[in-house]
Amino acid sequence: MTIRVAMAVNGTEYARDVEPRLLLIHFLRDELGLTGSHWGCDTSNCGSCVIWLDGKPVKSCTLLAAMADGHAVRTVEGLERDGELDPVQQGFIECHGLQCGFCTPGMMMTARWLLDHHPDPDEAQIREAISGQICRCTGYENIVRSIRWAAEHPAEHPA
Amino acid sequence: MTGGFGRMLRKEDQRFVRGQGFFVDDVQLPGMLYGAVLRSPHPHARILAIDTLAAEAHPKVRAVITGETLAERNLAWMPTLSGDRQAVLATDKVRFQGQEVAFVVAEDRYSARDALELIDVEYEPLPAVVDARRALDPGAPLIRDDLEHQANNHIFDWETGDAGRTDAVFSGAEVTIAQDMLYPRVHPAPLETCGAVAHFDRVTGKLTIWETTQAPHAHRTLYAMVAGLPEHKIRIISPDIGGGFGNKVPIYPGYICAVVGSIITGQPVKWMEDRSENLMSTCFARDFHMRGELAASRDGTIRAVRVTVLADHGAFNGTAQPTRYPAGFFGVFTGSYDLEAAHCRVTGVYTNKAPGGVAYSCSFRVTEAVYLVERLVDLLAYELDLDPAELRMRNLLRPEQFPYTCQTGWVYDSGDYPRTLRTALEIAGYDELRKEQSAERAAGHLMGIGVSFFTEAVGAGPRKHMDILGLGLNDGVELRIHPTGTAVLRISVQTQGQGHETTFAQIVAEELGLSPDDVEVVHGDTDQTPFGMGTYGSRSTPVSGAATAVAARKVREHARIVAAAMLEVDPADLEWEPGRWFVRGDPDSGCTMAEIALAAHSSLELPPGVDGQLDASCVYNPPNLTYPCGAYICVVDVDPGTGKVSVRRFVAVDDCGVRINPMIVEGQVHRGLADGIGIALMESIAFDAEGNCLGGSFMDYLLPTSLECPAWELGETVTPSPHHPIGAKGVGESATVGSPPAVVNAVIDALRPYGVRHADMPLTPAQVWRAIQGRPLRTDLAIS
Repeated sequence: MTIRVAMAVNGTEYARDVEPRLLLIHFLRDELGLTGSHWGCDTSNCGSCVIWLDGKPVKSCTLLAAMADGHAVRTVEGLERDGELDPVQQGFIECHGLQCGFCTPGMMMTARWLLDHHPDPDEAQIREAISGQICRCTGYENIVRSIRWAAEHPAEHPA
Repeated sequence: MTGGFGRMLRKEDQRFVRGQGFFVDDVQLPGMLYGAVLRSPHPHARILAIDTLAAEAHPKVRAVITGETLAERNLAWMPTLSGDRQAVLATDKVRFQGQEVAFVVAEDRYSARDALELIDVEYEPLPAVVDARRALDPGAPLIRDDLEHQANNHIFDWETGDAGRTDAVFSGAEVTIAQDMLYPRVHPAPLETCGAVAHFDRVTGKLTIWETTQAPHAHRTLYAMVAGLPEHKIRIISPDIGGGFGNKVPIYPGYICAVVGSIITGQPVKWMEDRSENLMSTCFARDFHMRGELAASRDGTIRAVRVTVLADHGAFNGTAQPTRYPAGFFGVFTGSYDLEAAHCRVTGVYTNKAPGGVAYSCSFRVTEAVYLVERLVDLLAYELDLDPAELRMRNLLRPEQFPYTCQTGWVYDSGDYPRTLRTALEIAGYDELRKEQSAERAAGHLMGIGVSFFTEAVGAGPRKHMDILGLGLNDGVELRIHPTGTAVLRISVQTQGQGHETTFAQIVAEELGLSPDDVEVVHGDTDQTPFGMGTYGSRSTPVSGAATAVAARKVREHARIVAAAMLEVDPADLEWEPGRWFVRGDPDSGCTMAEIALAAHSSLELPPGVDGQLDASCVYNPPNLTYPCGAYICVVDVDPGTGKVSVRRFVAVDDCGVRINPMIVEGQVHRGLADGIGIALMESIAFDAEGNCLGGSFMDYLLPTSLECPAWELGETVTPSPHHPIGAKGVGESATVGSPPAVVNAVIDALRPYGVRHADMPLTPAQVWRAIQGRPLRTDLAIS
């Protein structure tokens, strides 16, 4: 049995006939080919799969694709605008905020949300914001610095 | 930019921040099928029957593979990296919970999982042994009855050092201390789990495997040996790897099942394990039961160390380490100190637990060695009522003693240990911290300061001593210079986040005076790169980094001959400056590397015997390991009511010789420091008495988050390795080696008002609370 699932992802409308049990992360990766978001744990602990649903960061391994039907999704592929990297993306490059790159998309989606709501976060706020996500490479320090860098270098024309 | 070494942003980041990293699970091939593994719920059981009919009848299932299917192809068992054998799919018995029993190939991920539920396995449960201390009991269940001549669960005995001399020092020593300690079973837990996509092309006979591997070439050779496929018809592609830390060194049963699935169906087969499978069945780390003793003089001179170890290797001896070192490089347990004698005896045993054993950034078990000796030194400080930093300073090797042959025969290449420790003490403001601690204690607060000093042994290794399954631990590089002067470097080692595309380009750039942007680094594809043993044990820079520098120097010398022909002078009359050969005494007469490269490909006549072009290669056989060191200081606060430990500060001073890219080095140190917080305070793959794994998800196997990790305070000293071409040492695992004892020493220091001398990791709130209450400590199993 399949059901029709339609959603806007990074501003583009998609519709697919999928099994009702299909997880959103697998919908994005396998059905739409948006492999920037990663699957890491199945238990909502690691946050490699964090995307935005209607403007809020969520763990897409714990949502059904059907639950996103009719909603707006934003993924790492939607961070860059008109060929310009989001300051968060640039910050991760400038401050060595990534090593293997697996947790990075999820971390950056949370970071973008944080900065949209708290443009000048201190270290404690940043650490709190990313505390639901695991990075095995950076020991977090350079992620914190990357997000601070982004806060200090806002885009001239924010999306 | 020109020139090489120094802070440089990473080339690879451009794709990762755009979500364009390419990991194994991102591989999509036409007609690709999906595999799933059925695993044993029992830690030890006889398999009476496996009924796959219902699974095979599932409309989306294309194949069901059991051990019997594999046995027909002689693939039911595979060799491990330690010369034992491991069941690919169990035929006779299951020997650990989570062991592979059957493999389903289906048209999609979910159907493959559905079909697992349709397989009916009839088990006869057997008694299990999961506590290594019970494995050699007379009545212990025999785990490896598949091996001829195996009458018990004993694997090996190994010893190093001089027992007689060590015992003599101990019997005459003014002070001796002893402590039993467990380095618990932990897991590397990279965020990307293990997996593979296998594609066997029936027309060409070529097998291509996209694989989460740290050692693509070694895997190709092993597949050739195991499957009987010709090696040139096997291609391993290791794309972007989402962290490895040793977890991705072995070949896992799932990979082989994917290969067999592709051979049977004629279509590509993808298999990605889930998190529980990763934690329960793949390469664990540590699980060392150690008893350490220290002999000393009353003035604090450390004289000898004596150690016995019981090593839990799980159900199959699958440790990944050089053949002649069954306990890895644990032999450096003499640490950073000048001793009179040392001896160690290690016994390895089978248990009904997952196989593996050497992983998680351990530098072949230097983690365990450093933890042991650094805990012992703190215990001695406690015994003698000496400051632990002062005690270390008195006993550290002195700079003039290098190269230093330790009591177990390892030749430490270089270091200035007192300076490294002093640097850490200064950054920490150690004396002030101790004063603050006194005041805090007086106020009833539990503040602890922990010191550790480590010597690492990395960069395996000299081929006459070090091989894995007979393959010497050497690595090749190929360096091509294009006619317009840009370069391609092909390397055998495999980044899992270490930034090889950047640092290896920097090495070439440094040697040839090019821009790192003009050097492309190719890796992770056995069809595109020279043979080598891969990345683990912090060996990329010590081995392949050296090979790269040597190859670049060959190019430079070749360029000198070409430049001499261009300038019509004797090569001996030329001098080098970065990027250019020029005539000595006439700096205006010279040729840049780009000019030389073009000339080398041109019709320019070269001296007899000199080849055109500039390409060079090198297979590097390191003369010795490199021995990085470091001094770490951790400051913690302990809540006496809950036992919760908070890490307030962490100072890390590393000496890894010359730093190619300090930004990347510091990032690697950060990673290992977080490991130390996790391992010391929360990580444990525990089992209950029946053999059920209690660490099978991230809800049970806890990893440090941004809230448990402090802002790291780093420092450095630089003592170049005298035998490495660019003076560099490995650093990828240093902080994982050095940080756990600093954290534990800090917690025990905080608990000093309670007279606590030792408590085993992980120092969870419950464990610390027990210590505070004077209750029996957990020593092994999670439930006791």
